[in-house]
Amino acid sequence: MATVTEVEAPPLAPGTDPKPPKKRGRLVPYWLLLPGLLWLVIFFALPMIYQASTSVQTGSLEEGYKVTWHFATYWDALTEYWPQFLRSVSYAAAATALCLLLGYPLAYLIAFRAGRWRNLIMILVIAPFFTSFLIRTLAWKTILADSGPVVGALNTLHVLDVTSWLGWTAGDRVLATPLAVVCGLTYNFLPFMILPLYTSLERIDGRLHEAAGDLYARPWTTFRKVTFPLSMPGVVSGTLLTFIPAAGDYVNAELLGSTDTRMIGNVIQTQFLRILDYPTAAALSFILMAAILLMVTVYIRRSGTEDLV
Amino acid sequence: MPFVNWLKRHLVVIAGLLTLSYLLLPNVVVTVFSFNKPKGRFNYEWQQFSTDAWKDPCGVADMCGSLGLSLQIAVWATLGATVLGTMIAFALVRYRFRARGAVNSLIFLPMAMPEVVMAASLLTLFLNMGAQLGFWTILIAHIMFCLSFVVTAVKARVMSMDPRLEQAAQDLYAGPAQTFLRVTLPIAAPGIAAGALLAFALSFDDFIITNFNAGSTVTFPMFVWGSAQRGTPVQINVIGTAMFLVAVLFVLAGMIIGNRRNRQKA
Repeated sequence: MATVTEVEAPPLAPGTDPKPPKKRGRLVPYWLLLPGLLWLVIFFALPMIYQASTSVQTGSLEEGYKVTWHFATYWDALTEYWPQFLRSVSYAAAATALCLLLGYPLAYLIAFRAGRWRNLIMILVIAPFFTSFLIRTLAWKTILADSGPVVGALNTLHVLDVTSWLGWTAGDRVLATPLAVVCGLTYNFLPFMILPLYTSLERIDGRLHEAAGDLYARPWTTFRKVTFPLSMPGVVSGTLLTFIPAAGDYVNAELLGSTDTRMIGNVIQTQFLRILDYPTAAALSFILMAAILLMVTVYIRRSGTEDLV
Repeated sequence: MPFVNWLKRHLVVIAGLLTLSYLLLPNVVVTVFSFNKPKGRFNYEWQQFSTDAWKDPCGVADMCGSLGLSLQIAVWATLGATVLGTMIAFALVRYRFRARGAVNSLIFLPMAMPEVVMAASLLTLFLNMGAQLGFWTILIAHIMFCLSFVVTAVKARVMSMDPRLEQAAQDLYAGPAQTFLRVTLPIAAPGIAAGALLAFALSFDDFIITNFNAGSTVTFPMFVWGSAQRGTPVQINVIGTAMFLVAVLFVLAGMIIGNRRNRQKA
């Protein structure tokens, strides 16, 4: 694209300014970038530095904080809150796996089997976005209510006995258990899995399926050897788009969980907004950021799709 | 076994539709419970049918005010993020310049960061600056996190644009401004519209970043969050249902208009 602007100007008629307009335009990209980038630098990058500095400060609310390079805050935060970190990662991983499992068939259906229903199903996938996600999350309190039909059915089928034994639920309740939180996380981030999956499935040339069939591949083999590998970019960006927000979420754990399901987001939120222990909160948030960036980088390198950006 | 064969052939369709119902179930519940008449303060259990809440949607103290505030913030945040984001997207696609990689990562990072991290760090900045938390801090935060999404949406559209169209305009003696206004902008418009729509939805529904940076200002998501502790009025469901219906109607109208245009062109 950009080569267009660099195409040699045609020889100019005598009498016109010999300077090509490209010289004058050299500063244009910087002027275009400046306001937006300034915004991101001041309100995204600079806060990260402030946060890093806050995390190594000591002091109190009354006397003020000073930078004392007190790195012990990190150690204390990790030793005290490692269960919440672990919980965040495992809940987010479970929700991501569930999203992939549930989202793939739907994305596949929209891409290949929906026919004239395609647009309608697409709208139905996006439409819930327009109702506040907090209201929709609260609706899960009704759906999973102790006396509701879902819990009743699970009880009759003795599913809850199994999940209680696994530690996912407690007694004959679903609400206020890990299962409810993971269910809420899965629900909330499912569209973020479906949309990238659909985009990459839709790009697949239908003739490749025919070719696989012509070469005597059964449908399942076609899926395993042709469709799934070609949809990998969608799988990678979908898992990232669900895992990252799920790991930092505290809404589902607060509304659908209990004190035993608190995730790291809950800890950061209470430390920052209720306990007002800024250094600990900043350290926790910094650790979360570092952990996620590390995981994302390793994951992208491994899956070999670096052109996500 | 014709049934087993049928099941095998349609397995993916059945699974997909089950997922779709999982996605839509909460909306059904929200709608049904907007006609509920709960006994206590919480609207989680079905009691009896009533249209009271629909007749008096603003009957709850402060709720409609918070809704208005959310709309106001969403409109300004959309405007800001769309203008700044479109400018960045054009610069990224159309020009070569130094530090391109750094710019790209600065755009990408906010989307790859858990919201709680951005929210917490932005709050430390505001606290350090001694800023008064409220409308302006919310607006600043919303423009910040919507910006990257607008850039991505506009970039995709501008990238797929045929550069020869602009050359043709220039060959026909259109000046740079004229080319931009009459050719480039109309072609980029769907991308800009998509980015703006996304920004609006993100800003309007944002909770985590707002929760940290709002001070005592209450947006609609903050109101819902608070009501989950104090008691959930039925009116919340009314608003939720109305929002869903309006969104679906808008999208349907857009599709019908789009179809008609395509038919006229054909």
